[in-house]
Amino acid sequence: MNQMVAGHRRTAVTAPAVRRSLGQALTYTIALVVAAIIIVPLVYVVLGGFRTTGQIAAQPVALPQTWITRNYTDVLTSGTFWLQVFNSTLIAVIATAVVVGFGALAAFPLARFEFRGREILYTLFTLGLLFPVGVAILPLYLLLRQLGLLGTALGVALPEAAFGLPVTIVILRPFMRTIPAELEDAAVIDGCSRFGFFWRILVPLSRPALTTVAILSFVGSWNAFLLPLLVLGDPNGWTLPLGVANYSTQYTQDTARILAFTALSMLPALGFFVLAERRIIGGLSGAVKG
Amino acid sequence: MSLVGSPDRRREQAGAGSASDRVRRRPAAGRRRLIEVGLFVSPALALYLAFVLLPIFLAAYYGFYHWNGLGPVTEFIGLDNYARAFQDDVFTRAILHNGILVVLAILVQLPIGLGLALMLNQRLRGRAGLRLVFFAPYVLSEVITAVIWQLMLQPDGLVDATLRGVGLGGLVHLWLADIRIVLYTMFIVITWKYLGFAIILFLAGLQGIPEELRQAAAIDGAGPVQSLRHVTLPLLGPTIRIWAFLSIIGTLQLFDLIWIMTLGGPANASNSMVTYLIDHGFRRYQFGYGSAVAVILFAISLVFAIAYQRYVLRRDTEGALTRIVG
Repeated sequence: MNQMVAGHRRTAVTAPAVRRSLGQALTYTIALVVAAIIIVPLVYVVLGGFRTTGQIAAQPVALPQTWITRNYTDVLTSGTFWLQVFNSTLIAVIATAVVVGFGALAAFPLARFEFRGREILYTLFTLGLLFPVGVAILPLYLLLRQLGLLGTALGVALPEAAFGLPVTIVILRPFMRTIPAELEDAAVIDGCSRFGFFWRILVPLSRPALTTVAILSFVGSWNAFLLPLLVLGDPNGWTLPLGVANYSTQYTQDTARILAFTALSMLPALGFFVLAERRIIGGLSGAVKG
Repeated sequence: MSLVGSPDRRREQAGAGSASDRVRRRPAAGRRRLIEVGLFVSPALALYLAFVLLPIFLAAYYGFYHWNGLGPVTEFIGLDNYARAFQDDVFTRAILHNGILVVLAILVQLPIGLGLALMLNQRLRGRAGLRLVFFAPYVLSEVITAVIWQLMLQPDGLVDATLRGVGLGGLVHLWLADIRIVLYTMFIVITWKYLGFAIILFLAGLQGIPEELRQAAAIDGAGPVQSLRHVTLPLLGPTIRIWAFLSIIGTLQLFDLIWIMTLGGPANASNSMVTYLIDHGFRRYQFGYGSAVAVILFAISLVFAIAYQRYVLRRDTEGALTRIVG
């Protein structure tokens, strides 16, 4: 950057420099236009929550004339919102704990043991990348009904964890491979059992990868719609996405209220993203690169 | 899938064996080792078998029956459900819709995503911020995305007002109510949400390409366009092919967005395979028929994935292997 700026100053009159700064201007213009297209809907939601439905209908593109906080305070004091935040959190925490715990246990031998059928087992798990919940949802629903799990947090969390296992194992296995064999030798010599090595050495050393899969699983569960939609019949058990979807049909006439509710339900995911951006992006691109 | 497995196997061939195996490769230890493996793997395997694999097998089974989801499964009807699915114009159109969305994703998102990734790969002030912005929609749920866009796309809503404001009033349409438009409206919303994912992957790929290669090309007299075409793009090939794979598989499973914005309508013009499945399975209690549809969807995904592995991704792994061997 500095080099380029300096070079630019010195040779501002020469043709390549002019061309370069023109190119830069073009680049910035495109970047800003795209950024605007992405940001405007989000800003629209947040600002719309501060307006009245009448104002929004009359002038879709405008700043709030007077900042009305009633939409937001209504949502925040209603109880429904907080109940749904709680339900979403509970389900996401259970799903994440199960998928990270079970996934790490399974990834350990798949990464570091030599046994017959290992690659078949691994392929079996990775095959799950092709099974989204949608394919299995009808029998899954019946299964949950038989297990008495319909309408419960576990009924959502366990299948979510099960469907999260493939990507978890795919990310953890290569990572666990890279931990040097010497460490394991040393642990064994010091009398560590396999589980001791797993628990005291491998898990702490795998923390970056474990964090990544935990975040992916949490966000996935937090955003899930189809499975909670079918499993959670009682509105008291609803998660935030169900709440948002329902709110938008229940208050069709009250755009401002929908916007306020949507804005508030957007915040946890966005806040989470800003905090964990590197892990999410690193995890996704890492998983793809293998 | 070997899609992700192959690089590991390479590493393995390079000789990074596990310590525990070197320590305990005695024949008597074989069974103990299997028990150990079992202890570690069984919780995950049990969960996976129960909630992922079993339902898929059950779907295959229910698909042969006429069944409303209640009472015993007795009315075996062979392949009738499948025949019915392929004769149902609504379903074949749903498949077509998924197909159109797949093609559009490749034709539109790939060049735009690639262009933006190349841009962000330059030394650009505010690059980190831009990256954050581009990627933000990806972490929002499809539900939120759907609700936001549904409101913005209302007649005389934000989108229409903006188009009129910039003098493009002629473009205003009934975005969600016109059966000729609605699928393409969906595509725009999908692109808004998932373009950031493409950009992030491509950026990661670009950052793996050594700067020296482009410098060498420049020394050999290659202009920026030639360098892009003959150096950058070929080296980015594996990333692009994996993005395309994930994007296609994701598009085949599309549900949330459509369900909230249009319920597959108007007049089934925006149905996807999964919205069709849920509509028949849960709203009309045709569990047998819905299961058959699920099996078809699964078969399409699987056949695509295997073909893609074999004919498209294979080049990548072969290249990688020959590089190691040679």
